[in-house]
Amino acid sequence: MTVQHDPSVYERIQAGEQFQELRRRYRSWAFPMTIAFLVWYLLYVVLSGFARDFMGAKLFGNINVALVFGVLQFVSTFLIAWAYSRHAAAKLDPIADELRGEAESRDEVGEGAK
Amino acid sequence: MSHETLSTILFVIFVAGTLAITFWASRNTKTASDYYAGGRSFSGLQNGLAIGGDYMSAASFLGIAGIIALSGYDGFLYSIGFLVAWLVALLLVAELMRNSGKYTMADVLAFRMSPRPVRTAAGVSTIVVSIFYLLAQMVGAGALVGLLLGVHSEAGKIWTIIAVGLLMIIYVVFGGMKGTTWVQIVKAVMLMVGAALITLFVLGKFGFNLSGLLGDAAAQSGKGEAFLNSGLKYGTEAQGVWGKIDLISLGLALVLGTAGLPHVLIRFYTVPTARDARKSVLWGIGIIGVFYLLTLVLGFGAAALVGSKTIAEADKAGNTAAPLLAQKVGQDLFGDVGGTVLLAVIAAVAFATILAVVAGLTLASSSSFAHDLYAHVFKRGGATERQEVVVARIAAFVIGAVAIALSIFAQSLNVAFLVSLAFAVAASGNLPAILYSLFWKRFNTAGAVSAIYGGLISAVVLVIFSPVVSGAATAMFPDADFHLIPLSNPGIFSIPIGFLCGYLGTILSKEYNSAKYAEIEVRSLTGLGAEKATSH
Repeated sequence: MTVQHDPSVYERIQAGEQFQELRRRYRSWAFPMTIAFLVWYLLYVVLSGFARDFMGAKLFGNINVALVFGVLQFVSTFLIAWAYSRHAAAKLDPIADELRGEAESRDEVGEGAK
Repeated sequence: MSHETLSTILFVIFVAGTLAITFWASRNTKTASDYYAGGRSFSGLQNGLAIGGDYMSAASFLGIAGIIALSGYDGFLYSIGFLVAWLVALLLVAELMRNSGKYTMADVLAFRMSPRPVRTAAGVSTIVVSIFYLLAQMVGAGALVGLLLGVHSEAGKIWTIIAVGLLMIIYVVFGGMKGTTWVQIVKAVMLMVGAALITLFVLGKFGFNLSGLLGDAAAQSGKGEAFLNSGLKYGTEAQGVWGKIDLISLGLALVLGTAGLPHVLIRFYTVPTARDARKSVLWGIGIIGVFYLLTLVLGFGAAALVGSKTIAEADKAGNTAAPLLAQKVGQDLFGDVGGTVLLAVIAAVAFATILAVVAGLTLASSSSFAHDLYAHVFKRGGATERQEVVVARIAAFVIGAVAIALSIFAQSLNVAFLVSLAFAVAASGNLPAILYSLFWKRFNTAGAVSAIYGGLISAVVLVIFSPVVSGAATAMFPDADFHLIPLSNPGIFSIPIGFLCGYLGTILSKEYNSAKYAEIEVRSLTGLGAEKATSH
């Protein structure tokens, strides 16, 4: 069973400047990016349904807009995943480690139950 | 030697190998953390492979290749939703869940709520979603293995379902998460190697000229240029505007459902830290993305080299497109023996794929039954971990047996829609509850319960009154007609309903606990107090 910690410890950390900075850095990256890739994906699906002439236009050989658009969804997914891992490693992990290290060294919060 | 004999030999080797792994895993499964989460000791790469193995079902391997081979571009469109969905899991869910949960999806939802109602709702939703998905996979398995092994009798299909069901029960009951994960890793490697090999042969035949491959595919499909654009399967012009809205509805459920699928979510608990969870999703995205690109070549390759007509004659859903393609390229390159070997290999890969996916689903539903319903609802948190694991094993056996019985009953019905329904329920009920839990301070018990039941019930009710259940030749009950809604996919309505129910439930209840929100927020973002890996 998980040990019940004194909740005031978490509230104190939450109110701290460092945690607020971590929260801001996480949310200001993840939330807009989520909206962006969802809009980009829905644009693709809507065009696939309602703009078939445009999607069927040939670009070169038998490669049409639909295929390129679809492959671009793969490319954007790979790029966003890579960018997120870079962002998290550079901007989020150091603060999270510091906060966790401080709290654990003060021994306010024990390890999770095994 | 016929390809059926060779396939059977390869099946037996795979089964023997995975059973050996299962018994090894069972000797190393002592604690609840071992059983539910594999001791949290898998690496990011191992779990990434297992994510691929868990996620790339026979429906996506044979099914998507088949849709592309018969209906062209629409199969590709389908696979893109499956991939983009992983960004939701990566950016919003995986790490935060690993940090704040323990064994099941409900651990995160019940974190700051009244545990019994929330765990009941989450347990019900987990079991419903997993059983829908499981039924679709097992009914598909009966037909598929029958096709691949040349078993066409009704009795043969029933025995196939029973055999698949029994193996899945053995993997889960004895191997727990450790055994299941290794089965999925082995399967993922087999699937990637098999798909890459055939893709290479196909591209080689066209001198690595994709445009030439597409041109031949369009010509051999009998559909011409329309084959390279959407609209032959989803949202056809004949269905009018509702068909196109249905396509958008499907896309929404696919992209939002993954991060709410319980069998996907419990994979994040199998690694030591949130950072490993992130790494495993990155590997998962890479593996799944490459796999769907390979499937694109396989599908168009099958249309170009085998021909859509031949594929449709072998199986009207196109499920044998990839195996037929394997046989064809093998024959062209290495003669009849080559064709036999490649066909048998792909058939064995498909069999491994089915087993790995159904094992993951059985594990997710039995874990939730034991940890959420038995330990926290029936026993009010009073069960020991030892009792929980015993109950989880019994539950895996019972759920497996029920799934076998239901699949035999359902095998003459068209239940393929259950996969998209599982995604719709996950997107409409589970995802709103998870996102609100992690990010909305005001969220509370009434909100969580309303979101889950609201999303679950609206998705199921919309589907019952849709053309996939009645009122169409391809419906589950083609002779009845009580359909009221022209949409086959409920997501476009049920997802907003789920989010709205969660919102209304929350603001209409006075419950508010900012201290618990502080705890989940700090824990989820910093990893403070997160469950540690066990070491043996």
